[in-house]
Amino acid sequence: MAIAVVALARSRNLLAVVVLAGIYSFLMGAVLVALDAVDVAMTEASVGAGISTVLLLCALALCRSDEAKPSQHPFAPLCVAVTTGAVLVYGTLGLPAFSDPQAPIHTHVAPRYLEEVPREIDIPNVVTAVLASYRGYDTLGETTVVFTAGVGVVALLRRRSLRRGDRK
Amino acid sequence: MSQFGNFSYLVTVFLMVSGLYVVIARNNLVKKLVGLSIFQTAVYLLYIAPGKLLGGTAPILGAGFETYSNPLPHVLILTAIVVGIATMALGLALVVRINESYGSIEEDEIIEAEEGAQ
Amino acid sequence: MTEDLVLRVVAKLLIPFIAMFAAYVQFHGDFGPGGGFQAGVIAAAAVIFFTLIFGLQRTRELVPDWIVETMVAAGVLLYASVGLAGIVLGGNYLDYFVLGATSVDGQHRGIFWVEIGVAVTVCGVMLKVFYMFVARRLEE
Repeated sequence: MAIAVVALARSRNLLAVVVLAGIYSFLMGAVLVALDAVDVAMTEASVGAGISTVLLLCALALCRSDEAKPSQHPFAPLCVAVTTGAVLVYGTLGLPAFSDPQAPIHTHVAPRYLEEVPREIDIPNVVTAVLASYRGYDTLGETTVVFTAGVGVVALLRRRSLRRGDRK
Repeated sequence: MSQFGNFSYLVTVFLMVSGLYVVIARNNLVKKLVGLSIFQTAVYLLYIAPGKLLGGTAPILGAGFETYSNPLPHVLILTAIVVGIATMALGLALVVRINESYGSIEEDEIIEAEEGAQ
Repeated sequence: MTEDLVLRVVAKLLIPFIAMFAAYVQFHGDFGPGGGFQAGVIAAAAVIFFTLIFGLQRTRELVPDWIVETMVAAGVLLYASVGLAGIVLGGNYLDYFVLGATSVDGQHRGIFWVEIGVAVTVCGVMLKVFYMFVARRLEE
């Protein structure tokens, strides 16, 4: 994945960038399966490598497909990026080690969800149960966000033209 | 052992930083959007990696499995992924309109056109 | 319509399977990985695949604009009305316990309708965005 990202950053042909982004999404999906996040992996693979690539290609078809040569060597952003990375790494030193069962993430709400789902909801997929029932408001908000994005795209791209009689 | 313990965080930070670099260092608007999506996927990794328990399985209840990986980050990230494509779709629509108005999707050319018009 | 025979034949074979897979993911979201979002995206992908092979005109005849626009809004409305049904039947907003004979039944019913609402909206929005982009391209 690191190779895909570096190649993506250096490539100037935007079509290659889009394809590399799709490869990166698939690799991320594979990593997510290895981390036992099967729902998330399915969503990431279908959304990131599927819809995202399609929309990027559509947008590229409407614009130019090559990136212009950068005018100066991007030294300052590289410094900013590296400094941010160093600060973040310093921050992660305080986080619990990988797969520590005593980490706080496992001790508060998650065991309650895992225990109560068979009792109260009785469907095997805990993620769907939490998403649709325990955290139903969040999912309502997210559906509204998707709806708003759709409306926004329609508002941006709808063309009201008097000449073409059959366009809505 | 502590090296291995933090390895997932290092990978996450590297991906995050490279996404950030693509957003701030490149002028092309479409590439910025792709960099933003890389940043977002690195954040997903940041949330999900600590949720995994070695020896556990996916959080789908079944007979014969004892430990499950934590389902809570999965729920949050599922929402985040969908919101991410919503914003990318909107961003791409904006890029298309910018291209039609200014004729270019390079940030510096657009800024020049803006300053020249004033 | 593309003249490439291999693409057309493969598309005719694959698109029904993709649509069925979307339905499978939707309704098996309770028992395996899946659920509303994945199903909506996969269904949209099936229609987009159809558009790539057979052109926007035929896709517009198959899934016309008004259906897509209705889908976009209907999903959110369905979700919100499941919440309202919770109030009407005596509980709180988005309370699934009161929707069925037993509370577990109510949960099942609530989750079922909510996931369908989510899938409908996601599929509608993806398709609408795709239509907008492609129609813009065809006008140039």
